[in-house]
Amino acid sequence: MLAWTIYISFLGAAAQVLLPAESRRAARFMALFTALAGLVAALVGAAQYERLAPSGAVADLVNISWIADLGIRFHLAADGVSVTLVLLTGIAAVSGVLFSWNIERRAREFFALYLALIGGVYGVFLSFDLFLLFVFYEIAIIPKYFLIAVWGSTRREYAAMKLALYSLAGSAMVLIGLIAAYVVSGSRTFELLELAKYPFPPAFQIWAFLLVFVGFAVLAGLWPFHTWAPTGHVAAPTAASMLLAGVVMKLGAYGALRVAMTLFPYGLRFWQNEIALLAVIGIVYGASVALVQRDLKFVIGYSSVSHMGFVLLGLMTLTQIGLSGAVLQMFSHGIVAGLLFAVVGRMIYDRTHTRQLSELQPMNLSVLAPFVSVVFVLAGVASIGLPGFSGFVAELQVLVGSWSVFPRLTIFAGIGILLGFAYMVRVWMKALFAENEPKSASINKLEPVSIPERAGAFLLLGTAILIGLWPNILLTLIDPALHSPQFQPLWKGGLP
Amino acid sequence: MSTLPLLTLLTLVPLLGGVATLLASSRPNLSRRIAFAASLLALAGAALLWAEFDTGSAGWQFVERYAWVASLGIDYHLGIDGLGLLMVLLSALIVPFAMLASWNIGRIPGLYFALILFLEAGLFGTFTALNFFHWFIYWELGLIPAFFLIKMWGGPRRSQAAVQFFIYTLAGSVAMLLAFLAIYAATGLFDFDQLADVARHGGLDNALFATLGGSLFKSKESLAAVVFLGVFLGFAVKAPLMPFHTWLPSAYAEAPTGTSMLLTGAMSKMGVYGFLRILLPLFPGQMRAMQTPLLCLAVVTIVFSAAAALAQRDLKRMAAYSSMNHIGYCLLGIFAAVQLTAPGVAWTTEKAAALNGVMLQMFSHGLTASALFYFVGLIEQRSGGLRGLDDFGGLRKAAPVFCGLLGITLFASLGLPGLSGFVGEFLIFKGSLPLAGWAAAVSTLGLLITAIFMLAILQRVFSGPVQSRWTGWKDLTTGERLTLAPVITLMFLLGICPQILISVSNPAALAILKHF
Repeated sequence: MLAWTIYISFLGAAAQVLLPAESRRAARFMALFTALAGLVAALVGAAQYERLAPSGAVADLVNISWIADLGIRFHLAADGVSVTLVLLTGIAAVSGVLFSWNIERRAREFFALYLALIGGVYGVFLSFDLFLLFVFYEIAIIPKYFLIAVWGSTRREYAAMKLALYSLAGSAMVLIGLIAAYVVSGSRTFELLELAKYPFPPAFQIWAFLLVFVGFAVLAGLWPFHTWAPTGHVAAPTAASMLLAGVVMKLGAYGALRVAMTLFPYGLRFWQNEIALLAVIGIVYGASVALVQRDLKFVIGYSSVSHMGFVLLGLMTLTQIGLSGAVLQMFSHGIVAGLLFAVVGRMIYDRTHTRQLSELQPMNLSVLAPFVSVVFVLAGVASIGLPGFSGFVAELQVLVGSWSVFPRLTIFAGIGILLGFAYMVRVWMKALFAENEPKSASINKLEPVSIPERAGAFLLLGTAILIGLWPNILLTLIDPALHSPQFQPLWKGGLP
Repeated sequence: MSTLPLLTLLTLVPLLGGVATLLASSRPNLSRRIAFAASLLALAGAALLWAEFDTGSAGWQFVERYAWVASLGIDYHLGIDGLGLLMVLLSALIVPFAMLASWNIGRIPGLYFALILFLEAGLFGTFTALNFFHWFIYWELGLIPAFFLIKMWGGPRRSQAAVQFFIYTLAGSVAMLLAFLAIYAATGLFDFDQLADVARHGGLDNALFATLGGSLFKSKESLAAVVFLGVFLGFAVKAPLMPFHTWLPSAYAEAPTGTSMLLTGAMSKMGVYGFLRILLPLFPGQMRAMQTPLLCLAVVTIVFSAAAALAQRDLKRMAAYSSMNHIGYCLLGIFAAVQLTAPGVAWTTEKAAALNGVMLQMFSHGLTASALFYFVGLIEQRSGGLRGLDDFGGLRKAAPVFCGLLGITLFASLGLPGLSGFVGEFLIFKGSLPLAGWAAAVSTLGLLITAIFMLAILQRVFSGPVQSRWTGWKDLTTGERLTLAPVITLMFLLGICPQILISVSNPAALAILKHF
């Protein structure tokens, strides 16, 4: 059933094209229906996988020959890590549509591209053939470019181009690394699990790991290759920035874990300390920069860089608990960052037509838009990782793992958390609360919060709290998978 | 003993009550009543706990334990001993009191009362949880409502006060979180009980060093000391202990009356509770090694906050500093009790006296300090916002009952025998004089200064010539008298029969003593 998430999304994208151009309503409902169908397929697939979950084994979904001469196969499969991220994608896709309900301009094309992007993302998470994975990875880049360039705001052409160039440069690095692995192993296969068994020579691993890991990690917002993220997030229309932060950044982290780390475990250990250092720099730097932004969306954009730093730090601990935390943080950040972008881009910007903190301050949104304010505060609380929300469990695991490997860096990561509190409180103060009462004339100007917005907010907040209180739901998927054969090379140290 | 999960139910009452209050927030009167009913229900629940509590047993009671996050080895583990029971009772008492004090709050009363209930849930959870994971959830749950209560309903400088409060407390929390994660990385345990067992024989230090030692920390002691300081910081900010207190005066002074009452009456106890429940059992060695500096901090807190109160001209700020001063005695008692004694001489009586005193003082201070803030709130309300020490005079003639009850509260607060404050302070000094003589001796200075400024309040506000603008000062209304009646009664009751509380606190004190 999991494979259907991909087909449904692409079919839905194609179906958009068939709709009459003027019917925005039909396009919306069609998109919502497609996203919901994808989520249902993901949930059913997860339920089916539940049987295998304790063993953490890889469940084959489709495995047929594609380009036989090169040994390329159409191989879709899933383990607990994939299932977790597929669930994230499903939830993010539905909420993204709900928060784009007011898209007026070329809604049909918008949703077609949106669904194609979703399809590509599902594809990446489910591919166990590296060539196929790469194809899906590229598919996800193109719609992203158009979504920003056509429907975006602030300096959209610049941001779209920057994002596309960074992504393409990253994927070029990945491609070179993968082809090199293909050639060096001489095994004429792109099967991930096959290649991972091959003992690549250490000297090769050192540079191949760096290429592939950094190539993927560009999308995960690894400092100093993160600069596409804030500008891209800011320029993107709400749904696209939700997806960018919510799932696209996870593509990078997922690729880094699934491909770079399992293929080149020796290279991983060679660069482990350096990358952990970059991750912590990202945590502290992202939070510090967020602290001084004037544009609300930039604050959230930089906070994403900071939170993704925890994912990368968790990966670099190479401990069970750290890796598990990293995967959980991918999920958690996907939900929470999506919600934050929805609040800022849809709930606040579409009503006030400004994201400048200085212009929001006189409006006193806590009085003008109480629902929005409550959601913003809860999303902020979830984002800074207060206990009871998903981010807490994830960051807790990452930090436990990091204590035992990088005690020094852990303390700096703690400083990053503190800075996180600081920028969030600053934003609340500036955007929501003002000392003066709002002018009565402006009260009627804000349109009421619509039903799709409420539904989306409840979906995302509910998920964040659910996972915060019962992290077991996902941990029972993630933990066994990390111990299963597909991740074995990573633990073994990889010396040939 | 009942088989119902009483502690979970007790925590759920304010939580669900808060949600119900929020849902009814479009109708202010209804939401107020729902909230008050929920707080009374919680009080009844706490009273039930007390009735069912077995004072003969030293172990955990009303224990609930279920596996929760299996892969991290986290259990949902609840239980209370005498200390927990006292704190739950205190919180349950203060909340309805604080609600009555804010009954006529102006803006969005539904949200205000809901936040108070969420705060209460956080308090109950903190005082009953025995596993760091969910204990920390509740610990932080108390923080967010407090932030908004100050921010949205506070005085003119509320923004700054709220942010300062938030950032300080969170900084402490993060330090504590990091320290606990280090402990978890070393031992794989989050359970307070199990950790205390590990710590009893110095096992915690060894485990920490085995996991985290090496590159960063050369010696076992320095590493353990850093972890200890992390946890310590979290509690020291919350309590607060000087010099981590600078958030307190403005937060207490800017918060609306009901919130100040909760902050001082119940939330400051979270910090002291943490010292007793967590720091003493987990870090007996570190507490002992740092006893002298810690005692110095406690003494400084006691003397300086009393002196600061004396220097204030704002009644609310005086009450804030006086509250800090009283918390200082609690910390003095705790730090004195860790004194290492010569082999064969256990000094158990003295240590138990000090710890019993601490618990009594916590309870009594909760009552008196919140009552004090209540009175300041009344004064402010009647004077149209004035609360300067010199703004009043001769109110005694216009409002004899007002003056009388405030006088009782002030005397209870400064520890007049026969009233609740006396027993706690007496036991603390009785215990700490033989254990840490110099610290106790210097701290008596604090008692003296407290007496001076408390009497100054009485004199300046209630005696002397009546200012003409206050001749029409309204005495306490029936509602206000009814609100105060239970609290004042308790002040007398606990002063005259402290045995009610000591029978509960003594087993807990002895159990804590076993840890070191």
